[in-house]
Amino acid sequence: MGFPILSIITFTPAIGALIILFFPKEKVNLIRRFAIAVSLIPLALSAYLWFAYNQTEGGMQFVERHIWIPAINVWYHVGVDGISVPMVFLTSLLSTLGYFYSAYTIHERVKEYYFLFLLLQTGMYGVFVALDFVLFYVFWEVGLVPMYLLIGVWGGANREYAAIKFFLYTLAGSVFMLLAILGIYFTTGSFDILKAAEVHPFADNFTLASLAFWAFFVAFAIKVPSFPFHTWLPDAHTEAPTAGSVILAGILLKLGCYGLLRIVLPIFPEPFRFYAPIVAALGLISIVYGAFVCMAQWDLKRLIAYSSVAHMGYVVLGIAAAAASLNFNHPAFKESAAIALNGATMQMFNHGIITGGLFFLVGMIYERAHTRDLKVFGGLGAKLPYYYGVVMVTGLASLGLPGLAGFWGEFLVFRGAFHIIPYITAFGVLGVVATAGYILWKVVQFMFLGPFNQEKWGHLTDMEAFEKVTMWPLLLFMVGLGFYPAPLLNIINTATTALMGKL
Amino acid sequence: MSAVEILQAFAPELVLFLGALVLLALDMAWRRLGEGKEATILSLAVAFVILSLLLLLGFGKASALPIWGMLASDQFAFFFKGLALIGTGLVLLSSYRYLEGHTPYRGEFYAFLLLVTLAIMLVVGAVNLLMLYLAFEFLSLTSYILVGYLREEGKSSEAAIKYFLYGVTASAMMLYGISLLYGVTGTLDLVKIGPALASSGAGSWLAFPAIVLLLAGFGFKIALVPFHQWSPDTYEGAPTPVTAFLSVGPKAAGFAVLARVFITALSRFQPEWVSVLAGISMVTMTLGNLVALRQENIKRMLAYSSIAHAGYILIGLVCLVSGVTSNFTGLNGVLIYLLAYLFTNLGAFAVVIAVERATGSNRIADYAGLVKREPLLAGAMIVFLLSLIGIPGTGGFVGKFFVFGAAIQVQFYVLALVGVINSVISAFYYLNVVRHMFFLRGEEKPIAVELTLKWVIVASLIAVFVIGLYPHPFISLGTKAVQILGVAF
Repeated sequence: MGFPILSIITFTPAIGALIILFFPKEKVNLIRRFAIAVSLIPLALSAYLWFAYNQTEGGMQFVERHIWIPAINVWYHVGVDGISVPMVFLTSLLSTLGYFYSAYTIHERVKEYYFLFLLLQTGMYGVFVALDFVLFYVFWEVGLVPMYLLIGVWGGANREYAAIKFFLYTLAGSVFMLLAILGIYFTTGSFDILKAAEVHPFADNFTLASLAFWAFFVAFAIKVPSFPFHTWLPDAHTEAPTAGSVILAGILLKLGCYGLLRIVLPIFPEPFRFYAPIVAALGLISIVYGAFVCMAQWDLKRLIAYSSVAHMGYVVLGIAAAAASLNFNHPAFKESAAIALNGATMQMFNHGIITGGLFFLVGMIYERAHTRDLKVFGGLGAKLPYYYGVVMVTGLASLGLPGLAGFWGEFLVFRGAFHIIPYITAFGVLGVVATAGYILWKVVQFMFLGPFNQEKWGHLTDMEAFEKVTMWPLLLFMVGLGFYPAPLLNIINTATTALMGKL
Repeated sequence: MSAVEILQAFAPELVLFLGALVLLALDMAWRRLGEGKEATILSLAVAFVILSLLLLLGFGKASALPIWGMLASDQFAFFFKGLALIGTGLVLLSSYRYLEGHTPYRGEFYAFLLLVTLAIMLVVGAVNLLMLYLAFEFLSLTSYILVGYLREEGKSSEAAIKYFLYGVTASAMMLYGISLLYGVTGTLDLVKIGPALASSGAGSWLAFPAIVLLLAGFGFKIALVPFHQWSPDTYEGAPTPVTAFLSVGPKAAGFAVLARVFITALSRFQPEWVSVLAGISMVTMTLGNLVALRQENIKRMLAYSSIAHAGYILIGLVCLVSGVTSNFTGLNGVLIYLLAYLFTNLGAFAVVIAVERATGSNRIADYAGLVKREPLLAGAMIVFLLSLIGIPGTGGFVGKFFVFGAAIQVQFYVLALVGVINSVISAFYYLNVVRHMFFLRGEEKPIAVELTLKWVIVASLIAVFVIGLYPHPFISLGTKAVQILGVAF
């Protein structure tokens, strides 16, 4: 039994949250600093994790396994592979940046804010490291409550509606998952996710397997969110406080994608293969529909929110392509499937960095202008050159410009999926065009170009130091991974090839 | 059985009875209690409950044989007796100074709470239909008195009258059911009824009416649809600690009797009563949740929510499994659910009592901004509400996990599906309270919370988390308790 690094990463924020409860609520600066300091521990450890993960060996590493509820064979079982390591790191990075940014922008009920945020962080880590269904489900739901409160208390004008909608949608999805988990338990006798991936429960009963598949798929598709389960997202993302939107888009959406990769694809390959065209079509609709809806938005934050629907569509498309590859026996299809999965996972990571950044940027302009209405801006480029520059880089990364991080995920998904499901994938390219459209036309043109309204926006100031510090790490990743994606791609590849090898 | 053995097995009940008499005598001696005296009475009452609990732990499982063929002190009864005593302890503490300003007669209140607990302990141990009926009536009568305790207040009297009218009707129907069984089998002993029914030709066509009639009596105590109509008005009008007690004590007793009678005496007709109960379960949870959505008074909301929970719990009884090596026997889910529900609901009601004493109101709208007024209340309440929804990490999840698990195991998928959909619906009205407490602004005057109430809230909070995070001992307890009924292994 080595050093329990995953447990420490997972539970440090929760312990920090409990400690914060004992701070006097007037000492806001102390609370802020304490929360940031606490979040540095998992950040450092998850960076270490990335280096310490043995890529030649692959598989689940840093495993901890202790019996939790002996009566029903539930284990505290955690471990990480090449898919979860980047996700854990992403969680750490965005959380720390979120705390840092919030230290300057959240002034009300600071104690509760950080308490909830730290709890949320533990919930997110838990989902990425859990290898037992009950543990997975516990963490899955635990994150729900803090996010609900974060939206409801610190959100925008329509926050109450957005908060309850978020909660009910996610809960509705996850209760079906619970039933499917129980079903797996009664067929395999255990809640072990890895074991379930070996025995493929309900393999002899396609009806039950399909039911379980859809139960899991809907739970995850709501979180992703994939069309037609996406309607909670624009409300939640638009109303949440800035750091909340960053976490929502940056990490919570990945929980759904991660579930598809960790549970649905390995455990239900047969039904997934059968239903892959439907799933791929949902991915395609998300891409195209999401992108076109973005074109019609005039609220900047809502626009970014819908862009997440489109970007997550690539992930769904990539995973569906991998499932569809099981229709073919030739090894070349396995390879394409692994490429598509690599793309999907890279897209998850990069979208977290890029869209997280975009939501920070939206928050920054809203703090100054108190509006997000694209129609009232114009010509800000000359007034806010630094901000303009950062938005340009992030926006171009978002539309998938080669040389920036966003390119790789989309490229690999298309490369992999085109081989397996060419027609659906070909239509997906439409989304790329539309993305370029709304980023350049809506965001860049309406905000930064055109005539400048001196009277209205003359008082705006460019980015402050803390805002720059928030964005720098993200920009570094966008550019760094854009030019040299190997560190990310290699670690992901160990997991995806292993995954496809087992199917 | 020797006299000593009988005395030992019966000791917890005797102590409670003695306690009630002592409290009544003291109350008479100290007409019109002052504050100090009420504290003394309360401490005494709690002491008797604790003593009874200790005796139960010591001798509760002393013998499997029923006393005089009437009262069992088996594991199953032991579990429910413990449940009742813990619940009473918490309710006693929540009641302290609640009646001040409502009525001058405060001492007997505690005595009646002990008596109603005694009644529950008799009900859950009864293995003879006559004993069962008498204990049931004892329970009903003491409950009527407690519900109507605030004589000066119209709502309390209305609550008691409604409870009484529904109660006597239900009792009469139950008695008719008992008489049918007795007529067919010639015995009142639960263990003997089963074989007697099997050998009697008339048994099969009389069994179904008997099941339905008995169900009326048991269902009334549990508040199953369609025997639930009394509960919203009664819950609203009764003194809030009594409401808290009604929502857990008699409900648990009702489930205990339902399980014992149906499994021991009517096991041959399991397909019949399972289909009836499955229908009732679905209707109960759906109706409870849908009507709860529209409630503006928190006590009424919790009343409908408690109807809905009865529906969930019933799933466990419907999906009874025997002879399988599994820890999902259905019935153990019932027990675990009831245990988690006890702490969750008593905790929630303790918060309701604290708010009611500060604001004089039970309207959900008056919970606005509660987190500013007293963070402990709002923080605890959100945990209790999440436990009622069944969010993991809380006891409520473990209960739901076991009843839904049982349903999946016996492949009653529709029942499980209706159950989980209902959980989602229920989230809406529970979170409405959260919305008021956390999202909305209201009065900002701090709320002072009575120390004993704080104890109850904190103890319930801890219990909800312990059951939720480390459920193993409670699962074992529940699983062991149901073995006596021949369920599992």
